[in-house]
Amino acid sequence: MATKAEVLDFIRIYGDKMAEHRQELTDFDQAIGDGDHGINMNRGFKAVSEKLPTLGDKNIDDILKAVGMTLVSTVGGASGPLYGTAFMKAGTVLKGKEELSDQDVISAFEEGVGGIKFRGKAVQGEKTILDSMIPAIDAIKKSISEGNSMTVALEAGEKAAWEGVEYTKTIIATKGRASYLGERSIGHQDPGATSMAYLFQAAKEAAKKSGK
Amino acid sequence: MKKFINDVENVENEMLEGIVLAHPEYVTRLPGFDVLVRTDKKVGKVAIVSGGGSGHEPAHGGFVGKGMLDGAVPGAIFTSPTPDQVFEAIKAVDAGKGVLLVVKNYTGDIMNFEMAAELAEAEGIKVANVVTNDDVAVEDSLYTTGRRGVAGTILVHKIAGAKAETGASIEEVHATAEKVIANVRTMGVALKPCTVPAAGKPGFELSDEEMELGIGIHGEPGTERKPIQKADEIVNYLMDRILKDMKPVAGDEVAVMINGAGATPPMELYILNRRVQQILAEKGVKVFKTFVGDFMTSIDMAGASITLLKLDAELKELLLAEADTIAFKM
Repeated sequence: MATKAEVLDFIRIYGDKMAEHRQELTDFDQAIGDGDHGINMNRGFKAVSEKLPTLGDKNIDDILKAVGMTLVSTVGGASGPLYGTAFMKAGTVLKGKEELSDQDVISAFEEGVGGIKFRGKAVQGEKTILDSMIPAIDAIKKSISEGNSMTVALEAGEKAAWEGVEYTKTIIATKGRASYLGERSIGHQDPGATSMAYLFQAAKEAAKKSGK
Repeated sequence: MKKFINDVENVENEMLEGIVLAHPEYVTRLPGFDVLVRTDKKVGKVAIVSGGGSGHEPAHGGFVGKGMLDGAVPGAIFTSPTPDQVFEAIKAVDAGKGVLLVVKNYTGDIMNFEMAAELAEAEGIKVANVVTNDDVAVEDSLYTTGRRGVAGTILVHKIAGAKAETGASIEEVHATAEKVIANVRTMGVALKPCTVPAAGKPGFELSDEEMELGIGIHGEPGTERKPIQKADEIVNYLMDRILKDMKPVAGDEVAVMINGAGATPPMELYILNRRVQQILAEKGVKVFKTFVGDFMTSIDMAGASITLLKLDAELKELLLAEADTIAFKM
């Protein structure tokens, strides 16, 4: 079970992580992209954090949709539509919810990843956000089906996400700006997969903080 | 980093203020948005909107005006504008005949313009879009996002803009824009990388003895790094790649654009142009019109790109049609 407070906490923690890792994400992007991923994500989540205090009395679906809209209108680049669509789509399956069952959390992640696939027209293995997100969601589902708590499941999810980030170092980018580099993209980790791994880290920390 | 800036967070905004103060007769800023629209909005024609990250000035705001764009949407530096901004531009310039979006082929630009088009269509505005992809440095295959849109985009603005001024329908303007895209090819080279103000350091390292070939317009690394060569040899290399792709035959007519990346003086651009024209003459390809200057820059990158556009009678006529914008006049 995840409460609204935990969802808000997760968003806040993720925003802090985007500020903390702004330079690192930008450096990864400079190696294979256009060098602005950390800058853009930080700008977006700064706008989100300014908005959060006004969202406290909203339902979880409206909170996630507002976060998505804010990201779409402030991040720009490819990450804005992708992260924004993910949050908005996640919101749509949680209509009217004030708290979330484990299944709700999984549905939200699945809807989010569906949104990213639709908007980005990408599949797993193209050196994108999906390469950490899909394994993370699979690991969470597996862990929950084995009877673990959401905290334990999110721990497994984060671990799988970072393994996915490592995997992106071994493959050629076929989507996004890194695809222009062809084989020269090998050896570099994908900045989008990295920022997505921090999302699962933030979710895990929010769940742990609540002590469940 | 040594730049004329006040605050890295406010570069785009202060630049837009400066543009509007300099050229109020050409461009007006939509209040509350990072959108420049034509001051003398013309009704009864298809409107054309383009945009992309800032840092490419004079693109795209410098091409807003008679015979080219009706609206330009600059995003953050090297970052696509967001859908809400593009949507505002579409609503502001629509004159009832529909709006053509000219989008450069980058993942972010395509997604943001696509979301904006969805919003506009939901409000009953007719929207069409074209995606420019003139950069021959990038292979167009299943394994890439496809070729990048670079300086050739300006010729799409020019010719589609001229077509729209004739009162053509959105379908006709769209078809003409597609014809330009099918016939325009570009390749670029960098001698020094550029520095995004918020990043504070160059996008890649390049020693004094090296050049980066196949460079894009965002400071992203190119496709090949080589020791620096004489200007003529560099042109030979770039033209070889462009001509292999374009395959013009003797008697064909082309427009030439030698585009500076921001920190390369006109002197060097003209030296490049000299060799471009020699090569075309050797091949019997006739140069109909030449443009030399900074059209699509990459902040303070030193470098240049060569663009060729193969022309037919329609494109020739539209290329010479009147245009009156801040950075392009005909």
